[in-house]
Amino acid sequence: MSIHHHPSEELLLDYAAGALGEAWSLAVATHLALCPACRRTVGRMEAVGGKLLDDIAPQPLTDSARDAVMARLDEPVGKPESIAPAAPAGGSVPHLPRPLRDYVGGDTDAVAWRRLGLGAYQALILTGDDNVTARLLRIPAGKPVPTHTHNGLELTLVLCGAFSDATGHYGRGDLQEADENLEHRPHATPEEDCICLAVTDAPLRFSSFAARMVQPFIGI
Amino acid sequence: MADAQDRSAFAALFEHFAPRINAFLQRQGSDPAQAEEVVQETMVNVWRKASLFDPARASASTWVFTIARNLRIDMIRKASRPEPDMMDPAFVPDADPPPEEIIVRNQTAGRLKDAVAKLPQAQQDVLRLAFFEEKAHPQVAEELDIPLGTVKSRIRLAFKSIRSEFGDPS
Ligand SMILES: [Zn+2]
Repeated sequence: MSIHHHPSEELLLDYAAGALGEAWSLAVATHLALCPACRRTVGRMEAVGGKLLDDIAPQPLTDSARDAVMARLDEPVGKPESIAPAAPAGGSVPHLPRPLRDYVGGDTDAVAWRRLGLGAYQALILTGDDNVTARLLRIPAGKPVPTHTHNGLELTLVLCGAFSDATGHYGRGDLQEADENLEHRPHATPEEDCICLAVTDAPLRFSSFAARMVQPFIGI
Repeated sequence: MADAQDRSAFAALFEHFAPRINAFLQRQGSDPAQAEEVVQETMVNVWRKASLFDPARASASTWVFTIARNLRIDMIRKASRPEPDMMDPAFVPDADPPPEEIIVRNQTAGRLKDAVAKLPQAQQDVLRLAFFEEKAHPQVAEELDIPLGTVKSRIRLAFKSIRSEFGDPS
């Protein structure tokens, strides 16, 4: 598999610094599960964080803080971290990598799809971010997503199938970062339905009158 | 039960890192009481996870930075941080690094210091702000009195230099 479309450096840097909100981070982290190159870049960025930590002028703590830590060293350690939701039997590769699979509660067969109209389906994903919406979208093979622009930022990460628009071809692992300047008309490619994770901080704004009319009813 | 040698090694780590994590967190806007709590939790985690630390992958300060970062998100922002899981069957592993790269990685900390020090001051400022100020990039642009596009291109240029310093494919 080869990935051609990566998150911007600004996005990776915010993720590495710990400044990126949860819903955006979900898209970035799921891309990272599929992209060794970006993991390496994030590693370099974390190393910049480590260097800043080394270089900063120390600010002493109280003695009691130190004693409290030393006193905790013999505490029994609880169970190790959570266990991954079961991978499909037979060793096949899940369509949804962690961490996305944890948010969905299983792989694509566990998704509670809701009709979106125009043959497409969506499933909202709950995160702790109130102002940012994360959803899975399923676009039927060969079909277009209605022309739309964005009021803010939109990240689209392909998990199954592929889509293409004027900016290129997007397959599994590819991430499109779109802002209000991009008006595009993505089409799922004909081989199979396209499933993507879409994260937006504003409702999509459809350009055609008909799509604008149905938009309030389909909740996209 | 920890033996005395481990404890004194840990005490030395504490002397080095705890006041720095404290300064880092306060620089990011945490108040002293919050910062102290996160520092304590970070150091307890350093102790408990010491066996997971792999010096071939990251320097100690990078490792400690990531532990403090995650605990700050958890304890102060009360949010979750989604992360990939290398044990997941859907995780795409890196092709085995060639042997030279393993050696190179061992020198990461020193080389990274050099790479960052070589960056133009303007690029270093943008990186510092990204870590310390937790500002949206439009605010960074305002603070430095430069256009947003310039913030983005400085970030891009900084990591281009850093990656080429390490011979990463770009
Ligand atoms: Zn990538």
